[in-house]
Parts: sequence; C-alpha cells; structure tokens
Amino acid sequence: MNGEIEGGIASSRGGVMGNDGSAQSVVPTSPASQSRQRSTVSPGMGELLRRYAIFLILAALIVFFQSREPAFLRINNLFSVLQSVAVVALLGIGVTVTLAVDGFDLSVGSIAAFTLMLTSYAMVVLQLNAAETVVLALFTGALIGLVNGLLIVWLRIPDLLATLGMMFLLAGLQLIPSAGRSITIGLNLPDGSVASGSFDPAFLALGRYKLWDTVPLPVVIVTWLAGVFWFLMEQTRWGRVFYAVGGNETAAYLAGAAVKRYRVLAYVISATLASLGGIFVAARVGRGDVFAGSSLLLDSVAAALIGFAVLNQRRANVVGTAVGAVFVGIVLNGLTMLNVPYYTQDFVKGLVLVGALALTFGIGRGRR
Amino acid sequence: MQSSPQDDPPNLRLVNITKAYGPARVLDQVNISIGPGEVVALMGANGAGKSTLAKIAAGVVEPDDGQIFVAGRQLRASSPRAARRSGIVTVHQSTNELGAPGLTVAENLVLDDLCDTTFGLLAGRGKIERQAKAVAAGIGLELELERDFDELGPAHRQLVAIARAVAAKAAVLILDEPTASLSAAEAARLFSIVDRLRALGVGILYISHRLEDIRRVADRIVVLRNGRIVANQVRPLNLTAAIQAMIGRDLDGISREPNGAAARDPVLSLRQVRLVPSAQKFDLAVAPGEVLAVTGALGSGKSRLLGAIFGLTRISEGEMSFLDRPWRPRGPEEAIAAGVFMAGEDRWRSSLLPAKTPGADIAGTIALPHRRRWFPFGFVKASQEHAAAEHSIHTLGIRCRGSGDTLDLLSGGNQQKVVIARWQAASYRLLLLDEPFQGVDVGARRDLITAIRTGRTDSATVVATSDVAEALEVADVVAVMRNHTVAGLYDLRTEDSASLLSAISAVEQDETVDSERVLV
Repeated sequence: MNGEIEGGIASSRGGVMGNDGSAQSVVPTSPASQSRQRSTVSPGMGELLRRYAIFLILAALIVFFQSREPAFLRINNLFSVLQSVAVVALLGIGVTVTLAVDGFDLSVGSIAAFTLMLTSYAMVVLQLNAAETVVLALFTGALIGLVNGLLIVWLRIPDLLATLGMMFLLAGLQLIPSAGRSITIGLNLPDGSVASGSFDPAFLALGRYKLWDTVPLPVVIVTWLAGVFWFLMEQTRWGRVFYAVGGNETAAYLAGAAVKRYRVLAYVISATLASLGGIFVAARVGRGDVFAGSSLLLDSVAAALIGFAVLNQRRANVVGTAVGAVFVGIVLNGLTMLNVPYYTQDFVKGLVLVGALALTFGIGRGRR
Repeated sequence: MQSSPQDDPPNLRLVNITKAYGPARVLDQVNISIGPGEVVALMGANGAGKSTLAKIAAGVVEPDDGQIFVAGRQLRASSPRAARRSGIVTVHQSTNELGAPGLTVAENLVLDDLCDTTFGLLAGRGKIERQAKAVAAGIGLELELERDFDELGPAHRQLVAIARAVAAKAAVLILDEPTASLSAAEAARLFSIVDRLRALGVGILYISHRLEDIRRVADRIVVLRNGRIVANQVRPLNLTAAIQAMIGRDLDGISREPNGAAARDPVLSLRQVRLVPSAQKFDLAVAPGEVLAVTGALGSGKSRLLGAIFGLTRISEGEMSFLDRPWRPRGPEEAIAAGVFMAGEDRWRSSLLPAKTPGADIAGTIALPHRRRWFPFGFVKASQEHAAAEHSIHTLGIRCRGSGDTLDLLSGGNQQKVVIARWQAASYRLLLLDEPFQGVDVGARRDLITAIRTGRTDSATVVATSDVAEALEVADVVAVMRNHTVAGLYDLRTEDSASLLSAISAVEQDETVDSERVLV
C-alpha cells in the first residue's frame, strides 16, 4: 500500500509520511535535541555498546590470552602478530574499497599468491633485481584489477562471478611456469635447465627488515597506507563518490560522477594492494611456495566484514577493516600460543565473524 | 443520475472526514456521497488530499474524525479487510499489489474465495476454472486463465482486480489513477467496463487528473484543495472551472506579467527535433528568467525530452543549441560542467543515497554534484559544505534538526526541498526538474514553487509534470506534449487564460494531433 499515491506517503524508505507535520513525530524537537550543525542522536547505552563492542571483546581476549600465556604480550610476539596482520589488512582494505562501490573482490587471495610466485619467478628465473621485480608485480596486479573491472563494468558479469573466475584463473596460472613446483633457488625448469638467479637481498629486506630492530617494515608501510586510504575514503570527494556509487549508482551518475571509471578503479586499487601483500609474503618467506596464501582471502574478507561492526558504522570502512584484521590476527595468534589444534582455527574464525556481524546488524535492528 | 435521498441510501457516504498529520490538516470536514451507478471524479493537485481520502475509504488510513457509510451501514473498524468486506474495493495505481504473482489468472480471480472459508477444502483445477470463468464473465473479460499473473501487463492486472471486485459484489469501486499506465486502446476498454459497472449499480470513485478521462466517465466532479471540497459539479461538466477550483485562484491570477524574457536570446533552443524516430518534429526554446512547464500524460515524452537535454539519451534528429552553441552532451558529467542541471523524478531513485552511506546527510547530498568546484584539492571541507547546507535550509525553510540529518529523517516535501536546494546551490544556466512535486504536501509545494520561480534572471528552468494544474501554477510558458512531440505551446504572459485552458483540455482530449495545431 505504500508509496503508490502522490501526497500521502514519501517513497519507499521508512514510510515517512509526506507532510511537514509528521516529521515531528519522527524527530522530537525538544530544546535538548535541537543542537544544530551536524547533530547526531546523542548515544545511549546500547549505542555506546554497539560502537565499542569490538574493542571490548578485543580487550577481553587480550586479557584472557595474557593470563594463560605470559609470553603473549611481549613486544616481539605483538609485532609478529602485526606482521601477519599487515598483509591481511592490506588485502582487506582492497576488499573494503570494492565493497564501497557495492562490489566484491574474491580474487585478492589469489592475486597475492600469484604475486608470490611471480616475484619468485622474476628473480630466480628471470634474474631481475628488487626494484624491477616490485614494479613488475605491482603493474601486473593493477592489470589484473583492470581486467576484473572491465569484466564487471563492460561485460556486466556480476562482481562475485567475475572475481571468482579470476581467482580460479590465477590459482591455475601461477602453477604453469614452474610446472607446479615451488620456486626456490636452483629450481629445475621444465626444459631441463637449472634456474641460476636468486632472491635479491634488497627484496627480502622488504619483508624482513625491522626498524629499531623491532617494528617490521611491512607494518610501517601498511599503517601508512591504511592512513592514506582512510583519508581517501572518508575525507575526500573521491571517497564520497566511491561510496555514492555503491549507495545509489543512478543518483551518483545523475550527479555527474564517472560511475564506470570509479568502479573499475576500485578493482584496480584492490588488486594492486593485494599484489603488494603478495610481495610482503614473498619477501618474508623467501621462496615461491605453491600453497602459501590460501587463507588470505577468508581472513581479509573477515577483516572487512568485522569492520562493519567497528564504531557501529554498518558499512565497509578502512579503519574498521584495519581493526578487524588486528582482531583476526590476535585471535589466531592467541589460539596458536594456547596450543589449540590448528584444524579448529577456521571454525573459531567463522565464529568470531558471525558473532561480530550479529552484533552489528542484530542488536541495532530496533533503532531503524 | 444521482438518486434522491428518499430512495436507497447512497453506496458510499463519507461524512465530515477529517485527518491531520501533526499540525497539517490534510482533510478538513470532507463530505462525499456516491449513489448507485454513479461515477464521481475526484480531482485535486498533488497534496490536495485525494489519495489520503482514498486510503481512508479503503481502510488503510484511519480518519481522526468522521464516519463512513456503505449502503447506509456505518463502517466501524478501520482496516482494509473491514472495508473490503463491507463492499469497498480499491484498485491501486501500483499494479504489483493487485494480485498474487506465481498464481494463475484463474486462481487470482477466485483469490478472495480461496482465502475465505466459502470455497471448501477441495480446490481442484476444474472447480477453480469454472468459478474463474464465471467471475471473468461478470465484466465480459477475455483472458487466458492459465497465464501467470506475473506475466500480465498493467492493464490486464487492473482488469483482473476489477473482475474480482465485481465478483465480490462490491458496492463501491475506487479507481486510483487507473489510466496512468494504459495505452489509449486499453483505456477505452477500461471505460467500457466502467460503463458496465455503472449499469450494475456500482458506485465509482474515480481519481484522476487526466481531463479526457474525466470528461469521458464522470457523472460528477468533486474538487479537493488543501483538504477541503472547493467544487462539486454535476453534468454538464465545466472542466475549465474545475481546474480553476483546483488551483484556487482566478485564472487571470495565473497569467504572468510580461517580463521581457522572451525577447532575449534563448538559453536553450531546439530546432526541428525528433525525440524518437516515430515522432513528429518540433521546436522549443527557453529564454533567461523563464520557467517552462512541460506537461502531458505518462509516456508522452516529458522525461525523454529532459533526458535528451541532460545528455542521458540522444535525439534522433534535429539540432539543440545551448547559449547559441550546438549542444550535444554525452552525459550528466558534461552537462553539469556546462551549467545544465537536472533533478530526476522519484528522488529516492534518482537523487538520494541510503542513510548509511557517507555523504547521505543534507550537506553531503547538496554537495555531491558540486564536489569538483567546491573541493578542488579533493579534501572535503566539512565547514564549507555545512555552511552551504545551512544556507539552503534557511532560504527554503527545510524542516530538520541540522545539516547533518540524513534524508530519511525528513518528510517527503523536505526531501524534495533538499533536492532542489542541491541544484540551486551552484550557479546554473538551465535547470531541469522532472516531477518535482511528487509526494510533496501542499505547504512544501508552495515553497518549492516559490523557489523555482525566484530563480536567477540569467538562467532558465524547465519543469516536467503530468499535472496541468501544477504546470499552470509554476510556469511562464506551458508546453503540452503528446506522442513524443510538443502538441501545443502556451505563453501565460500573453495568452488569454480562458482560451488557454480550453486549448489545453482540447489537446489532452485529442487522440490525433493534426500538424496545423502544433504551434511555433
């Protein structure tokens, strides 16, 4: 019965009645609530709880892990947690940008794994140096993202299907040059010769160097990038357009936004960040491991989705994703230190994710 | 035509119906009665209260005061079910709600019985089909009974709903803008069914602002304005007077003072333009400081015309020029950069963002198309954005708590004000507004008209509206569209208003427009 007749009911959202008077039944106009300028509903207890719930749970987990395993809070352990978090956060930020344009990038894990093999192959077989390898990897990542974006925007393949296809494609492609073997120094090539290159020390430093002997370089770079992307998505007009495209594509288009360009750009960003993640993994492990990075997709998607709950944003956001990645990292590291069997870890991750989503969307239902 | 009071009680009698939302009185002591076999046309501008009245009669909205009598018996409970049981059937504008998709036409025709206990437990196909045939025969309806309701067009859906109403022995049928999405042939069939129902003694409340419909079917016209009945005509109908009553001013009051705008070089001009390959060519021009209203039925090409000017579609032939230069925009981005702005129809689809999106508040909504000019370095300056929004809130009288409110917190009229404010926040040369009064109450509508009419003197505004009365209220020049061409052009500053109205209703009534009558 709603919205079909002029005058009576305003469009579909919330069924707000189409006349001035009824706005007052929705919005109380007592003097207290009349604070002009960017007013938001003053947070009540429930709102506060939802906003900081993730942080409370995180604090509780840290206290719990620390009480069971005193080594947990040691600086070295914390930074080793952050080192693995860095890669997850990087991929998660990419996923966040695609979520912002109402898309989804399922190929980030594969892109990271593919980059791992690509960089190893570039140095061990093609004998490129660190700089050349990094440029090649990032460029290839951007190219993959461009293909993803064009498949979605031009050919109009649904985002999940296009990136799922790309995920399989890359997972297969990475095996071909080395005939399915991991790439290490002295690799026997399919044509019978032996690869003569090696990992450039400068490249390995990307993953292994520690500032002041404590802070791993990837942590510094990813922290900086998270700041950059937070600023881009939250404080600039470009970020506004990313979110506007995701919120209402027609409205964004009619407001003059280059909708297609932004959607393609989102996938380029996501793939480039994923390949940077792959570079960090390669630099840390120092070999092209075929099975590395298999859990990266799930972890980064979990980080982005837990990010919905952070500060009760209920949308994909960069800060939330970073916090979500830390959250996932702490849980995994804590469980490992407590000697919880590795095969239960995915279950625990799933539990945490579902719990976080229930917290965000379930409890908040009453208000809107 | 109307039965005398001593006879049977009228099919429907609404007594002193009053309804207010907050301080705004939507309906004020409205009395209407519809006798057996009588078709009463309910006219009124957007926000006049006609849809609220229809909803009250259908039991969807509860009146604050007043009584409803169906065939002399008072309707106690206010619920759609109670209204339907007592014999009031409503056929809505949105045809999705007229039946159950997934069920066949036959099943839909007997849906009321199926849902009731009268059908019996066994609902075999044969039995359903027999009953459905009987129902369809009630209005002489020929439909493939086996088809899924989902596959039916709007016209057939309405017919199914009307057939159900007849089968349910409805005393009153409320038709809400029934021809809005029908072709001429489908509308003609609808009218013949209305005649049939009239013969059966059904009372019909016919809500429409299409003059040709009203002339064809109505025995009586009731005109609502600001929630009050301002005219009640019996045949012979005087549509000019009815429109006059709708607008609420003497027609001479509508006429604009000649402002010399037409003498200046046009902001936009169209020469020998063919909107779609099958349509006739037309010319059109808008001068600075001028408000041009484009009116015509749904599907007459109003939105397409605006879209072509804004760069959403291409014209199939002819020339457009904007500020004396050829105008062929490739899309909104280019149009906006050149100073051609458009607010599309259906604001939640075309203009607004969901509340959880960053930039979905009033300030962000207004700033979105101007982001490049306002934030050349990319950084969104919140203070600048909110200052601009506060200015709009003040000048347009947008009721809200502040510029940080998301749009879902506002009423329809205030949402629309934000949409207009967005486009008036920067300097433009041509502003295109598609159905800007949709879902807007009377007070807000008045503010919107003021805002539109007090635009800059160097820029022009084009308003598309299917409501003739709205067109007359807002415009300096009215263009009537039919079949994707401009069928008539009337300058309210020079034209004699009475002849103007009769000309407009003549254009609306005409099925075929002969080329001689195309002015310009």
